[in-house]
Amino acid sequence: MEIPIEYYLLLSAFMFIVGVVGVLTRRNAIIVFMSIELMLNSANLTMVAYSSFLGNSVGQLFVFFVMTVAAAEAAIGLAIIIAMFRNKKTLNIDEINILKW
Amino acid sequence: MQEIYNLIPFVLISAGILVSLIFEMYAKNSKRIIAWFSVFIFLAAGFHSLVNVDNAQLFFNSMLQVGGNINIFIFLFNFAAALVVLMAMDYSSKYGNNFGEFYILLQSSVLGMMLMAGAKDLFVIFLGLEIMSVSFYALAGLNRMRLKANEASLKYFLLGSFATGFIVYGIALIFGSTNTTSIPQIVDKFGELTHNLLFMAGILMFLIGFSFKMAAFPFHMWVPDVYEGSATTVAGFFSTAGKTAAFSAVIITLGSVFMHGNANIFEPYLVVLAVTSMLYGSIVAIAQNNIKRMLAYSSIAHAGYLMIGLASGNYEGIAGIIFYLAAYTFMNLGAFGVVALIEGKDETNLTFESYTGLSKKQPFLAAMLAICMFSLAGIPPFAGFFGKYYIFIAAIKSDLTWLAIVGVISSVISIYFYLRVVVIMYFNETEIDLTVQKSNYGLLAVVISVILVIIIGIAPGSLIDLISSFLK
Repeated sequence: MEIPIEYYLLLSAFMFIVGVVGVLTRRNAIIVFMSIELMLNSANLTMVAYSSFLGNSVGQLFVFFVMTVAAAEAAIGLAIIIAMFRNKKTLNIDEINILKW
Repeated sequence: MQEIYNLIPFVLISAGILVSLIFEMYAKNSKRIIAWFSVFIFLAAGFHSLVNVDNAQLFFNSMLQVGGNINIFIFLFNFAAALVVLMAMDYSSKYGNNFGEFYILLQSSVLGMMLMAGAKDLFVIFLGLEIMSVSFYALAGLNRMRLKANEASLKYFLLGSFATGFIVYGIALIFGSTNTTSIPQIVDKFGELTHNLLFMAGILMFLIGFSFKMAAFPFHMWVPDVYEGSATTVAGFFSTAGKTAAFSAVIITLGSVFMHGNANIFEPYLVVLAVTSMLYGSIVAIAQNNIKRMLAYSSIAHAGYLMIGLASGNYEGIAGIIFYLAAYTFMNLGAFGVVALIEGKDETNLTFESYTGLSKKQPFLAAMLAICMFSLAGIPPFAGFFGKYYIFIAAIKSDLTWLAIVGVISSVISIYFYLRVVVIMYFNETEIDLTVQKSNYGLLAVVISVILVIIIGIAPGSLIDLISSFLK
């Protein structure tokens, strides 16, 4: 039996919401970053589901672009986080507050 | 052959990045060489696109357009980047981000902006946006030893990639409900798609993501911190070229929807964002004591004025936005250039106290800053006034007179904090001495931007005619 597309969409919407809530509530920079990756991956799941549902391979192609970009972002983001940690010895966003939010 | 000729700006910048990387590895004294090399490629690409402005063509399976109003954007990005390089040459050693990579990152961010401006496909918008943003995160924190720069780049990175998440999810929903990522095809089907809930949710996500990049009100949290924490020249680049790029991408998507005679269904969203950003930016800027934070809040207010043009959704509005972006780029770069010249070692001299009596100590710099402030406040003989004028006229033409009135009220409020700088410089006396390091190239960049502000202010008609001739 084939699984209907609504299930995939609901799952990816749920993943996206988990990501957004994670960004807004977690205080550790690395966990915030992981939540952002979860948001990107929920978009990937939507793309793949639609791609197979519509029979249009553009969606799968887009997923490759998103994964490449996410890798580039991870490289630069982790570099920034390491630079921050070397200077400040903490990654808690609430303590990173020389500049007023 | 003719086709490749049109693509020269893209080829120049991409080849320039690779050549600069080789310079950085092997050449002695590489910083000066790369700096002048990037000024050269920026100017060459900028003027090439200006010469070929009436030669519009589609490339790469109709994924990228070059020519027409896109070339005006390409010129703006490249010219702004050239001015920033000039400002940064002496400033970088004062601030401590004097690396060859600074110029390479600047070049790659300009490449991303050019892709965003020319995109005819959601793929290309996404890729251009990410090339630009990733370079920006690195530019903000290039000086790894400074805690402020670390913090600015961390905040910029987290909120910027949060926005990217929204944009990607929006694109996924748009693709799912239209079965295509090509913008012209989506625009063709737009009328029937407005009843599709998933499509509307996708467009809304896409807009929310770009509102982050444009620094509009509920999504502005990163702006003051990033501008204060990163180097002044870099902050000037974020606020001018970065904002122009975000608006160019929105103009491509939403603008092409308006221009095919579709109703402006985004109006409520854009109106709310315009009103809140204008008023919030202008009112909070009054309370600032750091000039970079003041300019950051003013940039939020300017995002609000620009959104009026989008909300009005007609040709005049789009032409007004492009005009305003041109004017804003030069007046804001001028202001940031003067701030960068006056800033001392270790980020001193950034509060308003340092500007007291500047007209006695540095009469020329004070005059330049005063012209930029008058223009930002929208006082008639300068470019900023005509930008606001065209946008408010567009709002009145589409029956949004109340929005134009709110805009006028907000610019009246903003006169207070812009003119406070002028008053402090010209009418207050102080005993404190101010040592300003001489920087001829920085001064040259400021003078060029101020001259352009005055020229656009004297002859606004010819520029707006040029812009609107390419929109039709």
